[in-house]
Amino acid sequence: MATLISDTPDTTAPASPVPGKSRRQRQGKFIWLAYVVLISLAMVYIFPFLINLATSFKTEPDAASDPLSLFPATWSTLAYEKLFLNSDFPLWFGNSVVVTVLVTCGRVFFDLLAGYALARVPFRGRSVIFAGVVAVMAVPGVVLLIPKFLVINQLGLYDSYAGMIIPLMADAAGVFIMKNFFESIPASVEEQARIDGAGTFRTFWSVVLPMCMPAVMTIVILSFQGSWNELSHFIVAAQSPELTTLTKGVAQLSSGQLSAGTQYPLKLAAAAIMTVPVAIVFFIFQKKIMNSTAGALKE
Amino acid sequence: MNTLTRSTHSSGTRGSGTRGNHNATGWLFTAPVLIILGLFLVLPVIMAAWVSISDWTGRGSPFAAGTQFVGAKNFEAVISGGGLAERDFGTALRNNLYYVVLVVPLQTIASLFLAVLVNSRVLKGKGFFRTAFYFPSVTSSVAITVLWLFLFSATGAVNKFLSLLGITGPNWFQEPAGIMHLLAQSVGIDSPPPAMESGTFLGVSWWDWLSGPSVAMSAFILMAIFTTSGTFMLLFIAALQNLQGELEEAAMLDGAGVWQRFWYVTLPMLRPTLFTVITLGLIGSWQVFDQIYTGTEGGPAKTTVTPAYLSFSTAFNNQQWGQGAAIAFLLFAIIIVFTVIQRVLLRESDSVPRRKRMNPKPSRGRSLWPR
Repeated sequence: MATLISDTPDTTAPASPVPGKSRRQRQGKFIWLAYVVLISLAMVYIFPFLINLATSFKTEPDAASDPLSLFPATWSTLAYEKLFLNSDFPLWFGNSVVVTVLVTCGRVFFDLLAGYALARVPFRGRSVIFAGVVAVMAVPGVVLLIPKFLVINQLGLYDSYAGMIIPLMADAAGVFIMKNFFESIPASVEEQARIDGAGTFRTFWSVVLPMCMPAVMTIVILSFQGSWNELSHFIVAAQSPELTTLTKGVAQLSSGQLSAGTQYPLKLAAAAIMTVPVAIVFFIFQKKIMNSTAGALKE
Repeated sequence: MNTLTRSTHSSGTRGSGTRGNHNATGWLFTAPVLIILGLFLVLPVIMAAWVSISDWTGRGSPFAAGTQFVGAKNFEAVISGGGLAERDFGTALRNNLYYVVLVVPLQTIASLFLAVLVNSRVLKGKGFFRTAFYFPSVTSSVAITVLWLFLFSATGAVNKFLSLLGITGPNWFQEPAGIMHLLAQSVGIDSPPPAMESGTFLGVSWWDWLSGPSVAMSAFILMAIFTTSGTFMLLFIAALQNLQGELEEAAMLDGAGVWQRFWYVTLPMLRPTLFTVITLGLIGSWQVFDQIYTGTEGGPAKTTVTPAYLSFSTAFNNQQWGQGAAIAFLLFAIIIVFTVIQRVLLRESDSVPRRKRMNPKPSRGRSLWPR
């Protein structure tokens, strides 16, 4: 490890008033300490997920007697068999996929349109709309649980896919992100297209959109995560077992509403599977996800 | 607000001949978002406002003839009724207050600490550490809660680990005792002073207000720090990378140590991000719902009931729709009050360092991470 560190260029050392060597040594010591702290912290963050995975392959007595071990005494896939063959779990999974895909498509399209108009089209009422979008972003979600139910019920959408999907199809934060991204693209490119005779939609579709793919990916990732992990909206939007999504199903399994008892391997297997899709998306688009905060904040 | 609307002039220099065209296009493009947000965010608030001052029982439309206007009765029942509704609201408020008071500072410190460590220039394997710390933030609160219930169960991993150190862990999610009460007990105060027993606020005795978070709630507090520190770490890293390090180098030339550099140079420049993180933390930690619904449903002994969960269960489980809506509005008011207080406090202490700031474009005080 020490050799690794000494290889990195230390730009500050030559100009330092302190003799180069001692500064380098001090920094080396500091870095070494930082590694120790970082690695132990990383263990704390990763270990629970490893326990989760390991326990899902344990038998129930094994899970209770040796909860720390990462290697089951006897490997058992009983939890997974139960989930897939003897429960509504596949149905929940399917519902989550349907809802997530439709919500994500809707959000990308609608947020794009609105973000573009707010950033580029000088129409009357634009600043009022934008102020409204920002105000809506400030409304805390859980406060809307009862209100949302009231409206969904009133509109006759209760207990239907429409009621679960349509309310999630636009989000103020996404519009905000899109507007910011559009503003970061020089307007001159579009002006050029417009001079060449392209209409607003044409300019949007064939000139602006291709340049915005990074932003679109950000929205895709955020809405995928958001709708896959959404719980409270599905609780108030539907009640029939056929419309249960993964989050709602697993939450009810966990709180004992489905009288499952303390079947930790079963519950943890369910938790592990519902984490897999977001984990895959996360590892594929890691860089993008990590940088989207940075990029958006930087303007 | 001016920073947010500032950019609207960017393309307003076009000729007025296309004005009408622009108006049509603009409204057409924003229409879907406006309709959805209007129908499912604005209209609901109006409807809930009516329900909170009505005696609607959950049957039929709240606008139908049978529903009566009852004035502030629902609000009164919750904040001064003297009954169960008031005591429940007081308890929920206490539970969540301790949650906020502990989670917000701890997650801010933890995320800043992680960011500074990970952002260190000579560090190898930055990507690995960032991934490790951020991963809990992308998983669903339901999955994490299920995992937490196992880790903190009586025979779970945490207690097993504690037993290796010779400590007998509590039965976390079944233990209603507050940690302040436990501390008081450990120094020999078993029963409350009579004055604190008799006086009450919102139906909860002063002794119970001072209980601290219950052991069960403490497990949720640890979970909140575990799941949110990664997100906020990214915000801090972004801000740290914006600082370019020039000023830090200058400070280093002046002979400032690591700690001095952080305290006098880096931290003041991180103020806008600090503001964002604390605001988002405050808003988020008043909205505890998923964990409670999945994990404890308010137990043990109502010590993990939060206003958000109470509003839900009052309406959906007890069919007290008016009271449920009233609690939701009170929660909304609480969140706004806290955010405004924090904004005012930070702005005042902000006035001097702002001038010293090197970065001409401080990051906007707004995150792109919806919860």
